[in-house]
Amino acid sequence: MNIMDTRATSALLYLDGVHVSFDGFHAINNLSLTLAPGEMRAIIGPNGAGKTTMMDIITGKTKPDQGTVLFDGVTDLTRLDETRIAELGIGRKFQKPTVFESQTIEDNLLLALNVDHSVKGTLFWRETRPETERIERVLETIRLKDARNRLAGSLSHGQKQWLEIGMLLAQDPKLLLVDEPVAGMTDVETHQTAELLKEINKDKTIMVVEHDMTFVRELGVKVTCLHEGTVLAEGTIDQVSSNDRVVEVYLGR
Amino acid sequence: MMPHVLTRSLDRSASIFLLVVAALGVLIPLSNLLLPSGSIFQVPTYLVALFGKYVCYAVLALSIDLIWGYCGILSLGHGAFFALGGYAMGMYLMRQIGSRGVYGNPILPDFMVFLNYPKLPWYWHGFDMFWFAALMVLVVPGLLAFCFGWLAFRSRVTGVYLSIITQAMTYALLLAFFRNDFGFGGNNGLTDFKDILGFNVQADGTRAALFLLSCLALIIAFLICRAVVTSKLGKVLIAVRDAESRTRFLGYRVESYKLFVFTLSACMAGVAGALYVPQVGIINPGEFAPGNSIEAVIWVAVGGRGTLIGAALGAIVVNYAKTYFTSGPLAPYWLFMLGALFILVTLLLPKGLIGTFNEWWEPYKARRLSDAAESAAREDGVSEPNPAE
Ligand SMILES: Nc1ncnc2c1ncn2[C@@H]1O[C@H](COP(=O)(O)OP(=O)(O)O)[C@@H](O)[C@H]1O
Ligand SMILES: [Mg+2]
Repeated sequence: MNIMDTRATSALLYLDGVHVSFDGFHAINNLSLTLAPGEMRAIIGPNGAGKTTMMDIITGKTKPDQGTVLFDGVTDLTRLDETRIAELGIGRKFQKPTVFESQTIEDNLLLALNVDHSVKGTLFWRETRPETERIERVLETIRLKDARNRLAGSLSHGQKQWLEIGMLLAQDPKLLLVDEPVAGMTDVETHQTAELLKEINKDKTIMVVEHDMTFVRELGVKVTCLHEGTVLAEGTIDQVSSNDRVVEVYLGR
Repeated sequence: MMPHVLTRSLDRSASIFLLVVAALGVLIPLSNLLLPSGSIFQVPTYLVALFGKYVCYAVLALSIDLIWGYCGILSLGHGAFFALGGYAMGMYLMRQIGSRGVYGNPILPDFMVFLNYPKLPWYWHGFDMFWFAALMVLVVPGLLAFCFGWLAFRSRVTGVYLSIITQAMTYALLLAFFRNDFGFGGNNGLTDFKDILGFNVQADGTRAALFLLSCLALIIAFLICRAVVTSKLGKVLIAVRDAESRTRFLGYRVESYKLFVFTLSACMAGVAGALYVPQVGIINPGEFAPGNSIEAVIWVAVGGRGTLIGAALGAIVVNYAKTYFTSGPLAPYWLFMLGALFILVTLLLPKGLIGTFNEWWEPYKARRLSDAAESAAREDGVSEPNPAE
């Protein structure tokens, strides 16, 4: 009991005994998982394992039927809506890159900045130097500086992924949930993305879902394998990928 | 605060639009009042009133474009806000009749005497004062929109479901205002107005002034819309329109944004209705008809959703066509023509007249600009990160 308590309060993210079912289908089954502050965790698992659904639960999109979801040891995320959770400092990149297609890259980043998000604040908003500089830095990081005035909808799939990561940077959350960031990227881009995430991880906690095992290996972090909505194995990439059950349901064939 | 909002919101086409509206707003009344009747340059009074009506419709169209074009809220009940603004003004005009009515009652409007009302219903109090009525023109539609929006947006009713309940709202009001015991003149509505602020509503001078005021309202509504859509709030609205849930995950309270813009839009529609009523001389429950609201959406679609100028022009062009066709032998077919127009525009010009024009014009303008820029600095263009596909 004591061990559980300290785990819960010292973890940045703490999931325990979470259940979700959609019309009788158990998408998440007794899922328990903790992320320490400053950690980067890779999540793998077959399609339909519930990886995206887990992110939906953490960000308030889906309410669990049962279980505990704590942020920063004290905040019960199951009681909050998406806006509130985003304000707390949880940012998310979606599996299908979701950017504001009819707006420019610069405006996408401007919208993502974690500044006053009230109606009044945005109505009377004026450009300030620190904001411009932050956008500038993000544009540089995601290598879209020369495309800043292009509409986000005109970007390639890989560039959209980067823009969405850039939006996460602008949002400056404590915890980043990154769903399949390298889908549709070339090998070079995949490598660059791994480098970028490692860089971000220097001062942020990250949970990244990915199928690309080369990428996961390159991250070199603790891996959790999900299957049928529950944790199948957890450990280093070598431990997890030599686990018989993991080989059977995910890596094998 | 104001100057930077103005410079940001006034690009070239916005300035041209405002200048044209201002010029017409002054020249048409002047020509009507100063030139001898019969001169080919004299705009006859009936046309001044007709154009005034179009300008009010243009304000209504702007209010719809603000929420539909920029925030994706398709209201099929905006005619209700327009009609409520109209009724508020109509109540003032009724009270101005005083003892000049058929029954000569100094307090009760004719229809109340006829229906044996013992005294003025409480909600008619205050409407003998213009300032109060003018306030109600904004407050009544605004309050209804606020309550309606608060319920709908908080429960995340969107898309076609929202459109359907806005239709239901205007239909419910239609039925209520039809009732004699509802206290607004039932079927006949409010009419036989005599004067407004002491001026005869039928007089040429009053009509000219109302036209000028309508143009002024269009200018102000346009400026407000531009200020909103060119602010950062405008970018949030577009974000909500294109990817509502993404916007929430960035920490925006989407329902507050929708509520703000929906209420603002309803107030604008109310003002349009208030200026409309003295110019047409009547307000009756027919203004709440669901078809009216749908027609107003068609004006916006024809002119170009999300362009503001297009919405205003769409209202004027479609209504001019309506006046033209419904007064000729083609009158019975007008609704079919309107329907066909909507289908054709949706299929052939999905961005409407102005949207299509912009699409054709923008690349041309951009090319001219980039040609100039390129000759200035001829280094290797963009170094984008290697695109994936
Ligand atoms: N909103 C929903 N309604 C019904 N079923 C859902 C919903 N969201 C996810 N699911 C189901 O839950 C399972 C887990 O999905 P998901 O979390 O997307 O898997 P993963 O991201 O691991 O591929 C899938 O079988 C999916 O069909
Ligand atoms: Mg997924």
